[in-house]
Amino acid sequence: MGIEDQRTTVYKVDPAHPGSETLPTLRTEELLLNMGPQHPATHGVLKVILELEGERLVKSTPVLGYLHRGVEKLAEDGTYHQFIPHTDRLDYVCAMYNNFAYCRAVEKLMNITVPDRAEYLRTIVAEVQRIIGHQFWIGTQALDIGAMGVFFYCFRDREILMDWFDELCGARLTTSWYRIGGVERDFTPSLIEKLKQFLDYFPPKIEEYKVFLETNRIWVGRTKGVAIISAEDAVSFGLSGPPLRGSGVDYDLRKAQPYSAYPKCEFSVPLGKNGDTYDRYWIRVQEFYESLKIIRQCLEQMQDGPIMADVPSVTLPPKQRVFTNLESMIQQFKLFSQGFDAPPGEIYCGTEAHKGELGFYIVSTGGGKPYRLKIRAPSFIHMGAFDHMSRGYMISDAVTIFGTYDIVMGECDR
Amino acid sequence: MSLQQLASRLQENFATGFVKAVEWRGDLAVTVTRDRLHEVAQFLHNDPAMDFDYIVHVSSVDWPDDEERFEVVYEFYSIKKRQRIRLKTRVPESDCIVDSLTDLWKGADFMEREVYDMMGIRFRYHPDLRRILLPDDYTEGYPLRKDFPLRGKGWRDTFEFLDETAR
Repeated sequence: MGIEDQRTTVYKVDPAHPGSETLPTLRTEELLLNMGPQHPATHGVLKVILELEGERLVKSTPVLGYLHRGVEKLAEDGTYHQFIPHTDRLDYVCAMYNNFAYCRAVEKLMNITVPDRAEYLRTIVAEVQRIIGHQFWIGTQALDIGAMGVFFYCFRDREILMDWFDELCGARLTTSWYRIGGVERDFTPSLIEKLKQFLDYFPPKIEEYKVFLETNRIWVGRTKGVAIISAEDAVSFGLSGPPLRGSGVDYDLRKAQPYSAYPKCEFSVPLGKNGDTYDRYWIRVQEFYESLKIIRQCLEQMQDGPIMADVPSVTLPPKQRVFTNLESMIQQFKLFSQGFDAPPGEIYCGTEAHKGELGFYIVSTGGGKPYRLKIRAPSFIHMGAFDHMSRGYMISDAVTIFGTYDIVMGECDR
Repeated sequence: MSLQQLASRLQENFATGFVKAVEWRGDLAVTVTRDRLHEVAQFLHNDPAMDFDYIVHVSSVDWPDDEERFEVVYEFYSIKKRQRIRLKTRVPESDCIVDSLTDLWKGADFMEREVYDMMGIRFRYHPDLRRILLPDDYTEGYPLRKDFPLRGKGWRDTFEFLDETAR
């Protein structure tokens, strides 16, 4: 019996209520349950209205917007450079990738080519961020469904990379290290040394996480065969990242539309088979290995060179010169107060963040501010499939189901 | 199929509804009239040569000076053919409603609700057109319209402050 059949026979609500004829006096009615917005497993402020029949979910309606800050409107009020710190606050556990996606979109609008070394630096940091994101997901998802131990192990290793970020840019979460046309500063020898140490340190730790979870019968029971979505539905709902690849759809922007230093690296895209939570977990674990592979290749291939594109009308001058040279100071001041003159037009640029496709659609009418900036946030779009994926499951599985998207409300509500 | 071929194919099939096709920075944007939008989208979704099975985003732009004020923007992607297309249509303010594409792409449900919430464009045949990010009882309009103030509504100017210099 396939997993899909199992689900229909075991989990699906039978409208005819078999057995109810023997219990004629049993009164049945649907129960409405508000889950959230302050539920600890919702990773922020998410409310879901669950319609229950017994303990089974009949319908669930996500109520979003508790963290809505109007970031898209704010973007219209600032210059392109000024928006970079706002992108940190979208998906606040993985700020680097948001910076990356946004800078790439503006570079596409301005038609800027980023120098080679900067591309390698960007790719390395993006992959480090992907590792952090997946560690965070594995830890908290297991915590949400009761497997507490692995959380501490994931966060112990995440802390090493957080310290690494701290040394790189002075911040752990709201990093703002990417710049339009390049990056803010180069790696120091100590950073490269620490990263190399981490590359050797981490693989045995992945095995540790795997032992913790895959030998935990309760965790396996609560993820295998839960929140199944077929490949057609996943595509139709616009899922991306591990939720899409877990259903076996080969769609990874790093391969489909290669950018940055990814085309120069060899890596594979792991694909799931069953489209359940366990497959999505497996993909994330495999992506640890792929990320380590990419980082190692980038460190080997990276040559010395500039870290910022040489387009003075758009890119920022080096920080050292700003403090010593009048012209550079004026340039920096003008770029931040007035911005650069973007050509009229519109672009969409998607980037494969660890949650899925994070895209920016920018409409420019010329001048220093975007006319309209739309953020394609994977968390928001994944929530659209929540009702479809949760029908027929138990109420306790609701936590697994929104855990499986790796949802962060800052990005979902913007 | 190159982007030009794609655009001319659409122009041939929908001669009456086709407005323009713009290719810029490697993105193809096709504008069609509002009444043909659903047909064009259906063609893009179902035709085996097109096969745009993936919906990327639904967005909207406000052009207050134009006669047809709002622009609804759909972006589709074909996973098999690795191709992108942007489909746009214009709606006037007096009658801002377009046909929903939820029957073709299920993901359009939340995306169209967001456009309705932020820009006030309605979608015909949408199964559940309610506000999504703002509260249901929000009555102050649609925040992404250009006539919605960017820096508050002046309430801040009415606050009374202690005059520290007077002491």
